[in-house]
Amino acid sequence: MIRSTHLPLLVTLLTFVLAYALCAAQYPAMLSTRVVANLLTDNAFLGIVAVGMTFVILSGGIDLSVGSVIAFTGVFLAVVLRDTSIHPLTAFVLVLALTTAFGAAMGAVIHYLEMPPFIVTLAGMFFARGAAYVLSTDSVPIEHEFYDFLQSLYYKAPGGGRFRLIGAVMLLAFVAGGLVLHRTRLGQNVYALGGGVATARLMGVPLARTTVSIYAISGGLAGLAGIVFSLYTSAGYSLATVGVELDAIAAVVIGGTLLSGGYGFVAGTFFGILIMGLIQTYIVFDGTLSSWWTKIVIGALLFAFILLQKGLTWATTSRKRVRTGSATPS
Amino acid sequence: MPDPTRPLLHASGISKFFPGAVALDEVELTLLPGEVHALLGENGAGKSTLIKCLTGAYRRDGGTITLDGAEIDPVSTNESQALGIGTVYQEVNLLPNLTVAENLFLGRQITRGGLLRRRAMIRAAREVLLDYGLDIDPAEPLTSYSVAVQQVVAIARAVEMSGKVLILDEPTASLDREEVQLVFSVIRKLRERGLAVVFITHFLDQVFEISDRATVLRNGRVVGERDLSQVTPNDIVTLMLGRQLEERVHERKGGRAGEVLVEVEALGKRGMIEPFDLTIHQGEVVGLAGLLGSGRTETANLLFGAVQGDQGRLRKRGREIRITRPRDAITQRFALCPEDRKTDGIVGDLSVRDNIILALQARQGWTRPLPRAKVNEIAEHYVRALDIRLASLDMPIRLLSGGNQQKALLARWLATQPELLILDEPTRGIDVGAHAEIIALIERLREEGMALLVASSELEELVAYSTRVVVLRDRRQVGELTGDQITPSNIVAAIAAEEPKEATA
Ligand SMILES: Nc1ncnc2c1ncn2[C@@H]1O[C@H](COP(=O)(O)OP(=O)(O)OP(=O)(O)O)[C@@H](O)[C@H]1O
Ligand SMILES: [Mg+2]
Repeated sequence: MIRSTHLPLLVTLLTFVLAYALCAAQYPAMLSTRVVANLLTDNAFLGIVAVGMTFVILSGGIDLSVGSVIAFTGVFLAVVLRDTSIHPLTAFVLVLALTTAFGAAMGAVIHYLEMPPFIVTLAGMFFARGAAYVLSTDSVPIEHEFYDFLQSLYYKAPGGGRFRLIGAVMLLAFVAGGLVLHRTRLGQNVYALGGGVATARLMGVPLARTTVSIYAISGGLAGLAGIVFSLYTSAGYSLATVGVELDAIAAVVIGGTLLSGGYGFVAGTFFGILIMGLIQTYIVFDGTLSSWWTKIVIGALLFAFILLQKGLTWATTSRKRVRTGSATPS
Repeated sequence: MPDPTRPLLHASGISKFFPGAVALDEVELTLLPGEVHALLGENGAGKSTLIKCLTGAYRRDGGTITLDGAEIDPVSTNESQALGIGTVYQEVNLLPNLTVAENLFLGRQITRGGLLRRRAMIRAAREVLLDYGLDIDPAEPLTSYSVAVQQVVAIARAVEMSGKVLILDEPTASLDREEVQLVFSVIRKLRERGLAVVFITHFLDQVFEISDRATVLRNGRVVGERDLSQVTPNDIVTLMLGRQLEERVHERKGGRAGEVLVEVEALGKRGMIEPFDLTIHQGEVVGLAGLLGSGRTETANLLFGAVQGDQGRLRKRGREIRITRPRDAITQRFALCPEDRKTDGIVGDLSVRDNIILALQARQGWTRPLPRAKVNEIAEHYVRALDIRLASLDMPIRLLSGGNQQKALLARWLATQPELLILDEPTRGIDVGAHAEIIALIERLREEGMALLVASSELEELVAYSTRVVVLRDRRQVGELTGDQITPSNIVAAIAAEEPKEATA
């Protein structure tokens, strides 16, 4: 039996399969491993940050800071590798600790000061972007043999597709995210928060710990996405990844997660990312369409998915009403 | 076996202040092992606040708590759960976005190596719920089950959590007789195991049936602790109210009903309620009796347009009318005070005043706001008439005690001065004093010529105010009682017509 909570996920999956089939029908080359590999590589950083965003949105929150955190991470790495002799791995650990702590701090403010996540993470967004500017306003190239080494790691599939390391990191992030969200107590607490904070509190969910963890995870994954992005572009630039938080939110929503929290799956977000990547790829293949069409199609998709969710919530509540036979006055 | 005279839980000097209200004033509560302890008091007396202070849901402003002789100071429900205090809160149910099993195990999931064992939990949940007579699939979302089932799940969860103390805040309000008995049998088992059970309810018969001792609160103070085998229900009521409850002997209403107000012809909806006819006169109270799920609420909703029927006709004063949604019903001056105030009634963050005025304003149309003075006058009038306890009309309604929210909701519909007032479980969660007042109110409205349709599971109550009782069974009207026929035992007989049972009401 298909549960209504799984329905948005199924719709996402179906949309993806359908869209891919349509694309492939028009451009059979889109079936090649090359396209698939690029889909993963090009969207790696977005995918990773979307995993964190799934946690946040499921809990009923939002994290607007992630785009800036990615940019900060990139600039931080570039500057550290340029000006010091610290090994990139150490720098990675450092920056992950920094971004995780930054996320945790935002979570703490949200919980203890009872501030709306929207405001807190908006402040965080300006803060991280500002910190990136302070480090450097120019694009700083990264030249390091360890970077070259990491970038040279790939698996060459028959058909010429190169599955690079960063794509694998994204897949790993999705698997780990899914595991935590669907198979651990922390994950259950995230859903509990999304189902209703007051109820969760009375049911003994540790709100402080959960909220801090959620934003720490989102911050940490944004840091990881920043590392991946710096591997992808071999540079750090404080003006990079503006608005990526919105792309991540879009991917989560297209992935079938309810924007108001409580319902959704990490797997959905994965397909949300793939759908968005697919649209981009299609436009590249077409060659005549302006890349702004990506935004328009994503906008339309978002709208459609939000309508779908509205419809589903409406359908389930009205069915429940019929069952329990209660009324709605006024 | 623990020493039966040494308190398992002892709370003393518990105080809690809210802006504009002293909710608890140096309250003392002693729970012995192996007892069921009733916590009694009027609406707003402070019962729910007391247990929230005990479980750490609220931070108390004073007092000490000892559990098993050791002082405890839970700062969160999480902590009190870990100490072995399981609680069903009055307003909280469970999380609607989780499955039954997930709700049951939230916070104490079965894990292996840090990972949840979903299958094991579903299996365990099924077994636990079977003990409560629920044979349901715990892997289903909670919301696919009825409110009563959800309530049983909430109780089961609290029981599983309670190593030492189980607290139940009005757990039986939405349960029918059999389900209550199931819950009671579980409580008795726990009592034998030496747990202390706190039981809050407004059903005095249930108090006497299950409880050993009682602590009575009035206005945030303890006014007495009694051994229930030594006192009568009357003593308890007097203690709760601080005065004698006037004996209201039910007398058959002689006055003839007025002219026909509403005629229902073959109204029904497939799968919900079979087509029925119903005629309601002015100055008449038609009672709807039947078990939970017999179609009482459905009848009320159908008539009000909250649910759209798939057949049938409706006439008001002989003129055909169409009601397809609540707004139509409101224009026809119908009013429905629903059963489930949490999901269907109150707007938690609006002030009490706005909540009371809501329906009247809606009928007026939002473009013609009622003058402020008038709004205040109406709100104040009903607050006084229904004895709603509040610090100010401006406070958000969610801060009122459960019973007072219910009264405010009733006030909302009375304020529209309807011609037909439909009440679904009007006294649920309302204390004995207010209970009597609401019954008196129904009588008064009837005398003033209003037509009322009242669905209730309280047979005594139905008998007290109904001029006619329609009995429902299995979503069908199966009988009608009038005049002297209206007695609890006759209603029970009609409900159980196929297999006559002894009158238990
Ligand atoms: N958060 C709050 N802020 C202000 N006042 C409050 C708050 N919570 C409760 N109160 C007030 O404290 C008093 C006690 O409420 P409480 O809910 O404990 O009553 P109760 O005995 O449980 O009543 P009922 O039988 O109706 O459930 C009420 O007058 C209520 O309005
Ligand atoms: Mg209460």
